Amino acid sequence: MTEQTSQTPTKPPGLWKRISRSRPTKPGQTYGVPGQGNTLWLSVCSILFFIFVWWLVTFMGWVKPLFVPSPMAIVSKFISVWNNGYTGTSFLDHVVISTVRVFGAFLLACVIGIPLGLAMGMSPIMRGIFDPPIEFYRPIPPLAYLPLMIIWFGIGETSKVLLIFLSVFAPVVLGARSGVKSAAIEQIHAAYSFGATRWQVMRYVIMPSAMPEILTAMRIGVGFGWTTLVAAEMVASTKGLGYMVLSASQFLQTPVVIMGIFVIAAIAFAFDLLMRFVERRLVPWKGRM
Amino acid sequence: MGLNIEDVSVVYPAADGRPPVEALSRINLTIEDNEFVVALGASGCGKSTLLNLIAGFLSPSFGSLTLDGARVSGPGADRAVVFQKHALLPWLNVLDNVAFGLQIQGVAEAERKKVANKFLSMLGLDGFQDAPVYSLSGGMQQRVGIARALTCDPRVLLMDEPLGALDALTREKAQELILNIWNDTHKSVFFITHSVEEALFMGTKLVVMSPRPGRITHVFDLPFSRQFLDGMPARQVKASPKFIELREEVLKIIFADEEAAA
Ligand SMILES: Nc1ncnc2c1ncn2[C@@H]1O[C@H](COP(=O)(O)OP(=O)(O)O)[C@@H](O)[C@H]1O
Ligand SMILES: [Mg+2]
Repeated sequence: MTEQTSQTPTKPPGLWKRISRSRPTKPGQTYGVPGQGNTLWLSVCSILFFIFVWWLVTFMGWVKPLFVPSPMAIVSKFISVWNNGYTGTSFLDHVVISTVRVFGAFLLACVIGIPLGLAMGMSPIMRGIFDPPIEFYRPIPPLAYLPLMIIWFGIGETSKVLLIFLSVFAPVVLGARSGVKSAAIEQIHAAYSFGATRWQVMRYVIMPSAMPEILTAMRIGVGFGWTTLVAAEMVASTKGLGYMVLSASQFLQTPVVIMGIFVIAAIAFAFDLLMRFVERRLVPWKGRM
Repeated sequence: MGLNIEDVSVVYPAADGRPPVEALSRINLTIEDNEFVVALGASGCGKSTLLNLIAGFLSPSFGSLTLDGARVSGPGADRAVVFQKHALLPWLNVLDNVAFGLQIQGVAEAERKKVANKFLSMLGLDGFQDAPVYSLSGGMQQRVGIARALTCDPRVLLMDEPLGALDALTREKAQELILNIWNDTHKSVFFITHSVEEALFMGTKLVVMSPRPGRITHVFDLPFSRQFLDGMPARQVKASPKFIELREEVLKIIFADEEAAA
């Protein structure tokens, strides 16, 4: 056996060095991909930890239940509202009316916004006409133009749905518009060289390749829709999750407020999961070519 | 007949403070029926510009282009293009990609699948009909692109560095495949490369181009692809003294251009 040259033992690198250097990857992964790795367990732990701290804070009586009711209080409130309704309306009615408002506005925004966005991407004329109004209203908080909606469209369903519609509309239009640029010029040229018309290029090349961005924009858009729900239901509502949260807060019923927040979050999250599923089925090629 | 390019110049207008670029200057070139014309030259000498002109994506600043006597005024199904990459449609499977041109032309589904299948087997892609295109290797994707271009039975096949992204071995195989297909289908071909060996091996006519302004400086008639199609092995063709002699001559021209540029 050959004797190995004995090395002088080097000092092990410090903690910071060890944390900050990039580690070799396991087989099946790619070295150096930013943010790679599974986060499921950490997320579960993070949620459990959050609930634990919440429980601890209330159990030890560090804050008054008026400010932070205990998790159990939320659950029992949920059960009682589920059984007895809230302000004379059953819980499911609240859920359904809000969901219909948000998704009605969302569908309307998609039906109008996607074609308009595509048209704006395709035609400088359309872009020239519609860019200023959309860019003008887009950064304005919905609460700011809510009074106008009421003056113009009254306190009925129209102004509520319209308010949500406007908040979904802008991101959907912008997504569809920038999706038009996703098609590689080679793909477009290939279609033209087969004698395609402008309309065929749109139908067979530009629209399919814009799909991933449109789906992403829809996901973002429906998020904006839920964000605007509470503002929309400030207008003379007697039903809806937003109304439930608002009126409960006026009567300092903090458990109902928090419960409403969780229900809204749960519905929005469920829809997002659905959209991700649709995305995997519809555009499995996303980012692959 | 065939494709006729007469005294064509292309000037890209000034943009972003850069002066106008004369990408092509007084180009004269004919591509006869069944001719395999290869354009070779340093990058920036206007090869892609010339191809875009023939394809109809670009109109000349001066001069005229005609195909069988008719003026070229835009893209058309008589001139099919094979791109270097990014030209397949990832939402369609291999068969539908190949049938895409026929779909555009309104050919019925059963008929276009039949034609697409014929060209798929001609390019050795049998059994991959249902595969998503993004799951294929680069070489196979290029073959899908060539099959797609052939389905519409074009008069001229335009290829812009179609093998540029392939590894050496796949590339030589693809060269032979393209020559065999050219021999079987009797198309006119305009083929861009910046590999001297590929240019000499594949073309029946070689045009060497020079940059600033882009122009044709030399034209050679080539016998090598015929020798290969008559049965001589590719390696033997590429090792023949005549081939090597011409290769050195062309290399000298191109190096001279590069040095002038440096
Ligand atoms: N769209 C364009 N606008 C301005 N200049 C261009 C454009 N396309 C190409 N050029 C210029 O024209 C010259 C020829 O380009 P190109 O035909 O792409 O050459 P090659 O394909 O031989 O590399 C280059 O100098 C390039 O910078
Ligand atoms: Mg080029």
